[in-house]
Amino acid sequence: MSQDPTRITMERPLTQYIHPDGTPRLLREYVTNGGYHSLQKLVTGMAPKDVQRLVGESGLRGRGGGGFPTGSKWSFVPMGPDAQKPKYIVANADEMEPGTFKDRILMEGDPHGLVEGMIMAGYALDAEVGYIFLRGEYHLSAQRLTRAIAEAYAEGYLGKPLPGTTFRFDLHLHSSAGRYICGEETALINALEGKRATPRAKPPYPQTVGLWGQPTIVQNVETLYNLPHIVNHGSAWYHSLSRTQDGGTKIYGVSGRVTRPGWWELPLGTTAREVLEQHAGGMLAGVHFRGVLPGGISTAFMTEEHLDLPMDFSSIPPQVGRLGTGTMIVLDDHTCPVGFVLNLERFFARESCGWCTPCREGLPWVARLLQSFEEGRATNDDLALLDMHTKWLAPGHTFCGLAPGAMAPLQSALQFFHDDFERHIGLGRCPWSNKPAQLRVLV
Amino acid sequence: MLSDTERRELEDALKHYPDKRSGTIDVLLLVQRRRGWISDESILDIAQFLEMTSEDVDSVATFYNLIFRKPVGRHVAFLCDSISCWIMGYEQVREQLKKQYDIDLGQTTRDGRLTVLPIACLGQCERAPAMMIDQNVYGEVTPDKVETIMEKYK
Repeated sequence: MSQDPTRITMERPLTQYIHPDGTPRLLREYVTNGGYHSLQKLVTGMAPKDVQRLVGESGLRGRGGGGFPTGSKWSFVPMGPDAQKPKYIVANADEMEPGTFKDRILMEGDPHGLVEGMIMAGYALDAEVGYIFLRGEYHLSAQRLTRAIAEAYAEGYLGKPLPGTTFRFDLHLHSSAGRYICGEETALINALEGKRATPRAKPPYPQTVGLWGQPTIVQNVETLYNLPHIVNHGSAWYHSLSRTQDGGTKIYGVSGRVTRPGWWELPLGTTAREVLEQHAGGMLAGVHFRGVLPGGISTAFMTEEHLDLPMDFSSIPPQVGRLGTGTMIVLDDHTCPVGFVLNLERFFARESCGWCTPCREGLPWVARLLQSFEEGRATNDDLALLDMHTKWLAPGHTFCGLAPGAMAPLQSALQFFHDDFERHIGLGRCPWSNKPAQLRVLV
Repeated sequence: MLSDTERRELEDALKHYPDKRSGTIDVLLLVQRRRGWISDESILDIAQFLEMTSEDVDSVATFYNLIFRKPVGRHVAFLCDSISCWIMGYEQVREQLKKQYDIDLGQTTRDGRLTVLPIACLGQCERAPAMMIDQNVYGEVTPDKVETIMEKYK
């Protein structure tokens, strides 16, 4: 007997059935626990505009880091008989934000959830084709999604009209070949078109002119997983899951020197302190907390004073930072904050697409400056130059958000760990390094 | 020139796209799987097949971390050097590989067995440091585990 999927007992709708041993849920088990039930609602008369309205009311916001309200995003997609066809749904599964692994957990553990979420988005927007844009390194996700898609075709969820409707959805998996900028939605569209993946000028926005010039919605994996649950249980239930005005749960993660690095699906608005102390078990013995990047490396450092803020899209003041992907990276007192930021800026410099000059030239410059601190060659002028870069590469000065994102951890590090930068200058070496500068391992 | 087998495989990869060029990445990855890397000759073959200029194909090929425009060893170890793995000591694993195989990032052993490359965050942050060899991911890698892991990759 399948359990009544309308029974509202779920606190962790996205992950409660994911196997702890890492094996995937296959079709039969997925369906037994209420999977694909949301499609029944469509068959029994729920119209696309009803789904759109429900998702708008639910308060669902994009889980890829931007936090844009999904209902608003959808509202720009042309609907009705005169709308340009075909329309496309693209899952942004290019999870390459350092410190972020939440989408992998979902795709490896519960691949059908993404298939169902994409069918739902397709129905709501009257789009007939979907692509999953998966990062090339996620081979296990690719295997499991390939199987899930094949099972969904065999079962008739994909590739033929849903019973009693004219809606039919096709879904394809595209494995990429590894480049961070592909996570930017317009770069992703260029990548999917087989072009060099530089971002596009906006407007026009993908909702009207996207993949192959057609209306397109690009949506993060975790966001899409929420859709069937919202359709099954309604927006009031969805709001009740969270502790704040933003609806739903969030997959939070923690990495770094904590007792139990890992991930947990928790009410949206859980504080960083609760995640770090109760779930991640606090810091390892002998190691002390200094700061945390709350959601990937394009977010600003939060320190002890911020740990009681609800971790959602609305409660973190903009001058403090933003939630980002919700997967936290902890800076401890055994780790050099300057070396930490150097690692981040090297990543950004390497992954910059090179299209616009401030990003292409500015990020390697920042990395070289930080390296001069680590090697003990930095002066007060270099400190001032770093500070200038946070303004030169600020939003509005670059073609896309990569470089401004790269400045968030740098700017906040200069604020919170200013003394540490100065100690590098004063000592003429990295205080965390016992080795002479020239012998230190640097890429 | 593309073999008939390659051609059939590539044509199959294009069927999910409305035009040929959209399959560029798929085609590059498939050709690389058969030939080990993407040589200039492969770029020309692919350009002809996709009806693109070779420059256009190369502009895509050179953009991606997982497309090799130089020969690589029989096995490729991708060492995650992003922040969580850096905190948890990826540099020690890199040192161990250097000691054991006399190669650093970007290099291949003389016997052609192994290439070591840096890679952007592998999304294994909760079990850092992580390494991927060919398509297999290893977490919580410590220097003393390297030899045992490498036994599978001769």
